[in-house]
Amino acid sequence: MESLKKKDLALIELELLSHVNWSRKSVIWLGTLVFLFAICIYFYFQQLKHGLGVTGLNDYVSWGIYISNFVFFVAASLIGMLISSIMGLIGVKWILPISRIAEIIALSFAMVAGLIIITDMGRPDRLHHLFIYGRIQSPIVWDITVVITYVVLSFLLLYLPLIPDMILCKDKCSQIPPFQRKMYKILSLGWTNTTGQYQLMKRFMKILMVLIIPVALAIHTVTSWLFALTLRAGWDSAIFGPYFVSGAFVAGSAAVIIAMFFYRNSFKLKDYITHVHFDKMGKLLVMVALVYVYFNINEIIVPAYKLKGGEAEHLKSMLAGSDSIMFWTVQLGGLIIPFALLVIKRMRRPLPLTIISVIILVAAWFKRYLIVVPIQEHPYYPIQNVPEELMHYSPTIAEIAITAGPFILLLIIITVLSKLFPVIPIWEIKENLEHEK
Amino acid sequence: METKLTQTSTRRKFLEKIGLAGIGAVSAPLIVSGCNSTDSGESNSVIKVLTPDNKLVEIDTAALKPVLESGDKQHLQKLGREGLKGKKFVMVIDLARCQNERACMKSCQSAHQLKPEQHHINVLEMHDEDSGLTYYMPKTCQHCDNPPCVTVCPVDATFKRQDGIVLIDNERCIGCRFCIAACPYSARTFNWTDPKDAEKYKDVSYNMELNVPQKKGTVTKCAFSADQLREGNLPYCVSACPNGVYYFGDANEDLVTNGTTRETVRLSKLLKENAAYKLMPELGTKPNVFYLPPRQSNS
Repeated sequence: MESLKKKDLALIELELLSHVNWSRKSVIWLGTLVFLFAICIYFYFQQLKHGLGVTGLNDYVSWGIYISNFVFFVAASLIGMLISSIMGLIGVKWILPISRIAEIIALSFAMVAGLIIITDMGRPDRLHHLFIYGRIQSPIVWDITVVITYVVLSFLLLYLPLIPDMILCKDKCSQIPPFQRKMYKILSLGWTNTTGQYQLMKRFMKILMVLIIPVALAIHTVTSWLFALTLRAGWDSAIFGPYFVSGAFVAGSAAVIIAMFFYRNSFKLKDYITHVHFDKMGKLLVMVALVYVYFNINEIIVPAYKLKGGEAEHLKSMLAGSDSIMFWTVQLGGLIIPFALLVIKRMRRPLPLTIISVIILVAAWFKRYLIVVPIQEHPYYPIQNVPEELMHYSPTIAEIAITAGPFILLLIIITVLSKLFPVIPIWEIKENLEHEK
Repeated sequence: METKLTQTSTRRKFLEKIGLAGIGAVSAPLIVSGCNSTDSGESNSVIKVLTPDNKLVEIDTAALKPVLESGDKQHLQKLGREGLKGKKFVMVIDLARCQNERACMKSCQSAHQLKPEQHHINVLEMHDEDSGLTYYMPKTCQHCDNPPCVTVCPVDATFKRQDGIVLIDNERCIGCRFCIAACPYSARTFNWTDPKDAEKYKDVSYNMELNVPQKKGTVTKCAFSADQLREGNLPYCVSACPNGVYYFGDANEDLVTNGTTRETVRLSKLLKENAAYKLMPELGTKPNVFYLPPRQSNS
């Protein structure tokens, strides 16, 4: 914030609004994304036509990378709650310029997560059965309820503080098409910048920030229960809820850091998203990773010490068998080593921190795979009398494309949001500067 | 509406009286299904029926079988969900007798229109490390009294009936496969692609108790041959076995019948004398399939 004090408020407005336009570069980028997404859609139509048989799934590993991906997306979406709600409520000031980025990440991931679950359904044409015949005792019904609630709350949490900035966009942005100006006008709901309106908005924001905490905890806890509430050895764990939630903050923090890096460079926001922010986010990542390591130790050492009946085989293959290479790469390369590096101050500069975050995020995806898939390869009773190719799971090209689709859609949503709206809350920055003066 | 109800119930009473286990469809036409199966007690009462070629014939009521019209689908669905009153079906599998003949698997797959890799019943080769014993273990759905698959189903597509059978309604299943994940016995299988002979059966109306025709994108599972039980027959696998492995019956009556020898024995005595066990009772699923242990001489 020190660097901003010398700046004129009008200049700040100008700089922060400069990326709200449809530059050639952004249109080409979006076009490429849409093209890639169309390819994924093609594969999804293949799946609709021929059934889930186009995937590598089988009767034993019946949940594969779609479900791992779903867990990953839900995980990454939790970060909005940590950064803007918890830290906002306890009055942490430095999060101000990145709070909207965290909200964008949270909303986009949560929205896409809801779609991923549909790609895993054998009969997506019967989606409405969930609403006609839905049964309250099924964790899937809980999951759908909380995911929808979370998307709505995250949307409101992003939308409400956008209203004053939308007025600003309407008045100050020159290179936008008329319909976009009209959209700002409609979406700003007759906002006139009065003190009363600000007070009202802030009050609602507080309510939302409080509400979103239990809902966010619920979405990931319930997602973990999709596994923990079964009798499968390896999933049947009482700490799956906190284990998943702590892992979610690691993945989400990494995602926010990556987004910060790209916004900072391509939107020229170096004076707003500074080294200080990267340093603090790096420290936050160390803290959440430490909590996650702690849950990992519990989740692995406790059953590995006892080697109970059904769990022994799965644990052996994880720790020293066929899954061990992926397991140790993820645990050491994606969690322990990055964590150790981030303790060093130099590593928390923007570029090294972003690289480490990318590694953490990729590892976080494979971690979800390790939680979902290998356990199903070791059921209580042996897999017999099926052809060799149905005994093991390996994803097909179509399946990988349908898994890549959500990532592309995520980038499309994030790009569109950050081209329509300023990614840094301008009115809050101004208010903060005026307050300090 | 009221008259319709009374009509149905009088009809049902009538059918029950003549020993046709309460299958009462309002407009179900009766057809003759051959008179060679009347050896099980003649009722000495005859009725007149019209054959498809317009001949009026008299036949013994014991030979009558009701056939449900395809238009009566809703009624069929309702029957499928309710189950048989007063029954509690159990299966006993005598591992000492299993020779890995797999006639059970074949008859099951053909009745339920399954592909070769889809198993409602699967004979596993098991190895007991302590005794060095190798034996064959047919594994079906355990029709648990505390079925984990049923609790997790989000749409009530899989359910537990009053006669203890866990069935699936493949017209409601959304294909989330949570039940497959939840079942510790790996008893369920999925139609990943078009089912076997999908073209051939595409216009056949759905029979929930047999779970055919199979549908793409839905789960399928052992039904204890609920369709056969309704007609008073033993399940497909049980009657197909040449080695006397299977006993099947009603726990309320405490009687089970061997599918091969047709010998009926006391369930409690059979279980007690042969040290019967259940699969993974520690999970609390309360299976209704019992196993009699394999013998050393068998290996």
